[in-house]
Amino acid sequence: MKLPLSWLSDYTDMSGITPEEYNHALTMSGSKVEGIENIGDKIQNIVTGKILSVEKHPDADKLKVCMLDVGTETLQIVTGADNVKPGQTVPVAKDGALLPDGTKIKKGKLRGVESNGMLCSYEEIGMTKEDFPDAEYGILILEDGLPLGKDIKEVFGLDNPVVEFEITSNRPDCFSVIGLARETAVTFNRAFNVKTPEVKGSGDDINNYMKITVSEPELCKRYTAKMVKNVKIGPSPAWMVKRLQSCGIRSINNIVDITNYILLEYGQPMHAFDMSYLEGNEINVRRARDGELMTTLDGEEHTLDSSMLMICDGKKPVAVAGVMGGLNSEVREDTKTVLFESATFLGSSVRITAKKLGLRTESSSRFEKGLDTENTYPAVMRACELIEELGCGEVVDGIIDVYGTKPKKVTIKFEPERINEFIGFCVPADEMVKTLTDLGFTVDGDVITVPTFRPDVLCFNDIAEEIVRMYGYDKIPSTLMDGDTTVGIKTYSQQIEDRVKNTLVGCGLYETLVFSFTNPNIFDRLNMPGDSVKRNAVVITNPLGVENSIMRTTAIASMMEVVARNENFKAEQVRLFELGKIYIPKEGEDLPEERRVVTIGMYGNCDYFDLKGVVEVMLDDLGIAKRSFEPEKTNSTFHPGRCANLIAGGKTIGTIGQIHPAVAENYGISSDVYVAEIDFEDMLMLAKTEKTYKKLPKFPASQRDLALIADDSVLAAQIENIIKKKSGNIFENLTLFDVYKGNQIPENKKSMAYSLVLRDENKTLTDEDINPVIESILKELSSKLDVTLR
Amino acid sequence: MSVPCGADNFFYCPVKLSGNAHNPTEKLGEQKGKVIMKEQLLAIKKSAEEKLAVSSSLQELEDLRVSVLGKKGELTQVLRQMGGLSAEERPVIGALANEVREAVESALTERKTILLAKAREEKLAREVIDVTMAGKKPEIGGLHPITKVLDEVKNIFLGMGFSIAEGPDVELDYYNFEALNIPKEHPARDTQDTFYVSDNVVLRTQTSPMQIRVMEHAKPPIRIIAPGRVYRSDAVDATHSPVFHQIEGLVVDKGITMADLKGTLEQFIKSLYGQDAKIRLRPHHFPFTEPSAEVDVSCFVCGGKGCRVCKGEGFIEILGAGMVHPDVLRRCNIDPDEYSGFAFGLGLERIVMRRMNIDDMRHLYENDVRFLKQF
Repeated sequence: MKLPLSWLSDYTDMSGITPEEYNHALTMSGSKVEGIENIGDKIQNIVTGKILSVEKHPDADKLKVCMLDVGTETLQIVTGADNVKPGQTVPVAKDGALLPDGTKIKKGKLRGVESNGMLCSYEEIGMTKEDFPDAEYGILILEDGLPLGKDIKEVFGLDNPVVEFEITSNRPDCFSVIGLARETAVTFNRAFNVKTPEVKGSGDDINNYMKITVSEPELCKRYTAKMVKNVKIGPSPAWMVKRLQSCGIRSINNIVDITNYILLEYGQPMHAFDMSYLEGNEINVRRARDGELMTTLDGEEHTLDSSMLMICDGKKPVAVAGVMGGLNSEVREDTKTVLFESATFLGSSVRITAKKLGLRTESSSRFEKGLDTENTYPAVMRACELIEELGCGEVVDGIIDVYGTKPKKVTIKFEPERINEFIGFCVPADEMVKTLTDLGFTVDGDVITVPTFRPDVLCFNDIAEEIVRMYGYDKIPSTLMDGDTTVGIKTYSQQIEDRVKNTLVGCGLYETLVFSFTNPNIFDRLNMPGDSVKRNAVVITNPLGVENSIMRTTAIASMMEVVARNENFKAEQVRLFELGKIYIPKEGEDLPEERRVVTIGMYGNCDYFDLKGVVEVMLDDLGIAKRSFEPEKTNSTFHPGRCANLIAGGKTIGTIGQIHPAVAENYGISSDVYVAEIDFEDMLMLAKTEKTYKKLPKFPASQRDLALIADDSVLAAQIENIIKKKSGNIFENLTLFDVYKGNQIPENKKSMAYSLVLRDENKTLTDEDINPVIESILKELSSKLDVTLR
Repeated sequence: MSVPCGADNFFYCPVKLSGNAHNPTEKLGEQKGKVIMKEQLLAIKKSAEEKLAVSSSLQELEDLRVSVLGKKGELTQVLRQMGGLSAEERPVIGALANEVREAVESALTERKTILLAKAREEKLAREVIDVTMAGKKPEIGGLHPITKVLDEVKNIFLGMGFSIAEGPDVELDYYNFEALNIPKEHPARDTQDTFYVSDNVVLRTQTSPMQIRVMEHAKPPIRIIAPGRVYRSDAVDATHSPVFHQIEGLVVDKGITMADLKGTLEQFIKSLYGQDAKIRLRPHHFPFTEPSAEVDVSCFVCGGKGCRVCKGEGFIEILGAGMVHPDVLRRCNIDPDEYSGFAFGLGLERIVMRRMNIDDMRHLYENDVRFLKQF
């Protein structure tokens, strides 16, 4: 809400308060000031001056040389304007003057003749045609008799700081001059006065002309109307135009301006109907009929529905209640009789209607917040007072006021001690009473009655806030909580999360963060089967775009996007991980299951085994020793020969492998990409992170190398399982140190060289101990896998 | 001095010497034999010492040792002639021989030490490297800047006795709005452009629903923070993202006051920004706290004097806070006449961006490794 500070002076004493002080004080008492603008700050050194003489420029036909008396001196100024004559008083920008558009005026020579300034038009001093409807083209001619040398800002009141407030939604009363004046007065501890509007009237009775029915009392709590006849439509006086302009509202004509003036001053939206267009001498506040059409003031035609509350005459809708008037009944140049509407509509109803029609107006945004029904009467009376003040019509006696149930009085117990405890510093009870009273509350003993314009105040905390904001949040001391000590500790799950992240960082991976929602096309891009359960995702009904329209069910797609982006940026080698959620819809439940997954992605100077190594380090750290990697040939996202399922705890907890080149291509990636996606929740269940000391060996280990020949189809894991099993409790370690195909190795076979380390806890192993073990290993390898010694 | 073989040709006439040595049958006069042997021994010593003095390699030393002291060495050969000496002369010559042996051995050791030291010096000289050349850094990855700052915030609150609560991103309308005094059609819903999954399911627009979820299950005293992702329908640009992080805080206990709120936030801010940081509370409105406040922190660039970063204000708004609304407590079966509490919420991205001087929020979610490697 924008408001010229000068308007506040109508209600409270603003003397001696600088805009800066005002800004700070109001912000600290709860009406946040966004900024203060003052056109006057941009105007400097422009004063009134009297033209003493006008002579032709010796060397230029279109220029004139004027002598001006600016009070303290006489200045010679060259002008190009035609409308200057001796004796006139005009605005003079002296040497060094500043115009509102930023222009600086400097003395100089025009065609050889000295010019010590500039004579100004109204535009050049930041004013408009509306300010001077009768002004002719050229230099602005001021009224005679003005003191010479007077600052032009004073002449036109251009020193007019306009404050922009950020009003919170709980304070509809502060969307008005009166509301902010009340806040201002209490903040600065000054008197606050609102006059009751006085309307003389002109006889007759509105009831002779109009009948008003409210068919929807739930949606229209009060409908108050006054009538004005013999209306003289015309421009509003300059002071009113200026106030409206300062608040960002354009002047239309005196009647419309009055309704807008009341909107600002009282915070009560009003509407003026041209009564000659109201058919049947009646107003009915009813719901629209489905499909009913109406054209609003802005010329737009709308199709209505029965959720919308309309102001109708005997036949047709004439206004969308609380939102905008209809074109069919607007006030025009020839309007003679006006009906002023001042009503209270239900906020939520106005909000929905405005949203549906795409019309958010000054009026609707106020109604949405819930307005005080008690305000309609003074507001409409003030409008009539202005009619009489401006002399633009005759106010018909009588008022139509359809008022359903009056708002209930809200009372709250006054507990000054509890308030002081709650806010942490001491305000004397009698000062609290004064503050509350100044804010419009009544305090009677220990009962506070809340004024109707403060629907936000309902309980103890609200009263405490009224006190603390007026005495200053800066007075609240800083204390530390008493009471039972609590232990701050991360949960097991949080600790494991940290642990996994740190391990992966230690493996050289960088953590990524990505969006949780994604594009439904990822399933096709990842080449997932049409019937994949992963395709069942949580769908956002109002996404920003299709690319963010479902909650992800896999994190691989996000990783692929990140990888693609980095490849595109020419990163040669990339090692990344993410620990984030996927969202799995659950049948019959509102909320999906949110599972954390660890996703690893890499390319450049790496292969499947680099990826697997990182996964193994992570699993080792978590103590998940019982695990296996089983070849997975059917996962169409991955290379069919370079993909494995990670099995632990009797289930698949992850997939690792090289991304299928076709999928990589879908992401525009030309490198071989290696990705793992592992369920964090499963790892969490399986983790055994309690580590205990195992005695260091006392006896030496024995190492044997086994060079084996195996079919290509035999897996290392199969061989290793046999070796481990047959080694029994003297097994210590097994390393595959060479795999070879080629010369001296038969077709479809491979040579695999293992280094086996055996150790007995209790003695030094001898050949007699080891040889039988090796024999049994070889026997089992041969019989089960047809693997032989090379 | 009359010596049969000069020092210079002593080593170069082994044949002659060995001819003598291998000819034990040659009879020498005893007295003559003693004199000759003595001279020979002294000649061996002198010659060895002279040779040692100019020896330049360990191999030379070894060769010398073998040729003098070895089984077939000169000394041994001279000593073999001892048989021809008388019983009285033998110990004299034997002692002299030992003396010579010891002298040569000790000279050898001494020379060896010198040569070893020299050899080491030469090796060191050969091993000179350019110590200004780049080190070989092990690859050790890194956490995302958001995680780093969040960890910092978590640690501050853990130290203050807070636990860390977690909750769903896809949230019931009830928790995100209704239970927080934001009923359907409340104007506050307008300002939080909500993503909907269905009429009663949303992507949480704030971490505040965690207040309700915690209070429904825990009884006071409650001290938690709840960091998490939140979602708002904002298009991506330098300062907006439809996904971002908030950290919610909640304290509920008997006798919790606004001064406790201020004290707690002050301690947090000082831990995060240093002991000189100041906070300022301004009245504000949130539906689920009353009274509510916006909290500014003194600008860490100018320290409160006013600069470009704080737009001349000296303070920067960083969080919203307030006393838990009694209706919210009541809804969670906590009696507002017995208990009170405070809550606060702050946006993590803004803190991260200011802390690390990041000028565009998009960097945080694009994961360009050139960006990630900077932290």
